[in-house]
Amino acid sequence: MFKKFIEKSQLKSPWIVHLDCGSCNGCDIETLACLTPMYDIERFGILNIGNPKHADVLIVTGTVNHRNKHILRNVYNQMPEPKMVVAVGACGLTGGVFRDAPNVVGGVDKVIPVDVYVPGCPGKPEAIIDGVIEALAKLAELQKEGRKKK
Amino acid sequence: MKNIIPFGPQHPVLPEPIHLSLTLEDEIVIEAVPALGYVHRGLEKLADIRDFNQMIQVCERVCGICSMIHALCYCQGLEDMMKVEVPERAKFLRTIWSEIHRMHSHLLWLGLYADSFGLESLFMQFWKIRERIMDINEVTTGSRVIVSVNIIGGVRRDISAEQIRWILGELKIVEKEFIALQETMNNEYTVKKRTVGIGYLSKELAHSLGAAGAVLRGSGISQDMRQLKYAALSHLDFEPIVEYGGDCYSRGLVRFREVLQSIDLVRQAVDKLPDTEISVKVKGNPEGEVINRVEQPRGECLYYLKGNGTKFLDRVRIRTPTFANVPPLAHILPGADLASVPVIVLSIDPCISCTER
Repeated sequence: MFKKFIEKSQLKSPWIVHLDCGSCNGCDIETLACLTPMYDIERFGILNIGNPKHADVLIVTGTVNHRNKHILRNVYNQMPEPKMVVAVGACGLTGGVFRDAPNVVGGVDKVIPVDVYVPGCPGKPEAIIDGVIEALAKLAELQKEGRKKK
Repeated sequence: MKNIIPFGPQHPVLPEPIHLSLTLEDEIVIEAVPALGYVHRGLEKLADIRDFNQMIQVCERVCGICSMIHALCYCQGLEDMMKVEVPERAKFLRTIWSEIHRMHSHLLWLGLYADSFGLESLFMQFWKIRERIMDINEVTTGSRVIVSVNIIGGVRRDISAEQIRWILGELKIVEKEFIALQETMNNEYTVKKRTVGIGYLSKELAHSLGAAGAVLRGSGISQDMRQLKYAALSHLDFEPIVEYGGDCYSRGLVRFREVLQSIDLVRQAVDKLPDTEISVKVKGNPEGEVINRVEQPRGECLYYLKGNGTKFLDRVRIRTPTFANVPPLAHILPGADLASVPVIVLSIDPCISCTER
């Protein structure tokens, strides 16, 4: 019963953690703008927190570089299962305009598995919210599969 | 007893990754060593494979918050080099957009700053006002953050008379809502308790460490790159805003007053907007070298450009304001409480993606 309660609250009130992986700030301020009164994702129960150990959804922005890919992997590994990763912006998807730059790995999915891709340079707040909602649908499926296995 | 506390790169108050190793004695910071490199992309090197027109798009993405002003600086530099005369209307439009960008950046900063000392509702209030500015960006340029209006020889889009009327109406609401927050931001007891006297930087030290922007003006030095009268600023009344406290409170006050100043500058520019073309055709490739400086929301930004007569530039060197403000930060952190560290770090308005490029 306790497990069911957790599963339900994960879907109804997912906690997100935001990690800047070398973006130009454009996507970061748009992610932050989702929290503010205009878009206000808290009305869907989505909370932004700083600690990856409490989080269900990881929002990553920016081209991953050779220094912060370790941090990205570290934050990802600290999150409890099941978890979702949303990559935001052209840089997070493929590297964007920076894909040919010397210190760019190019794309979040080269380092950790990504579930939802939000395009745009920068991704609009509406699109980011949509991405998170999409991630929740995937999370529900994962939970179902998890139940079947037992 | 000495403790070393890592601050960042992933930290709730920081929207961007910077790492500080704080050496503490009890609760007092005695040494702060910043470590950078989490946002480095090697952007200047892209000049080898992107031609000088494509580099505008790359320069805009140095930093999303002041993207318009980066592109402005780059375009002004190349126009100097190629001896292009930009139409007057384009200059005015550039000024209008750069001041709108400054407003949105300062409102963003004021919000994050309020959040850093724990006033979350104030953060929400500032960001609510900021959405109106973002709407102005979206209506006039088609994008909220990275506006992509600058081209070499002018601007890409025009603002119609109808849009100008609407912008002035929006600015009136912004000004009214913004002034309503003045009492809380500048006179509230709790805010003053967290900011007055915290992170003190003297006038001499600010000058000798080469601080830029609001950090410099907050310490009592009247220096603003807008005094160079680039773009349409030669036609507008402009006086840099200076505060003499040298602490976090003064830096906040400088930025707070600069928002009102930007609203004023937009109004002046709109009044005098001339009716000419918005861009001229540019022929040939850049040759020679040039330095151009503009005032970003965070301070002085310098572009050094070198062309060799082909369509690829030899060198693009960018010096950004936060880069200049990191040495003052390392100086003012020792002696502060651990609880004040987020406030002090935010008081220089760090933009890490500018610094590292």
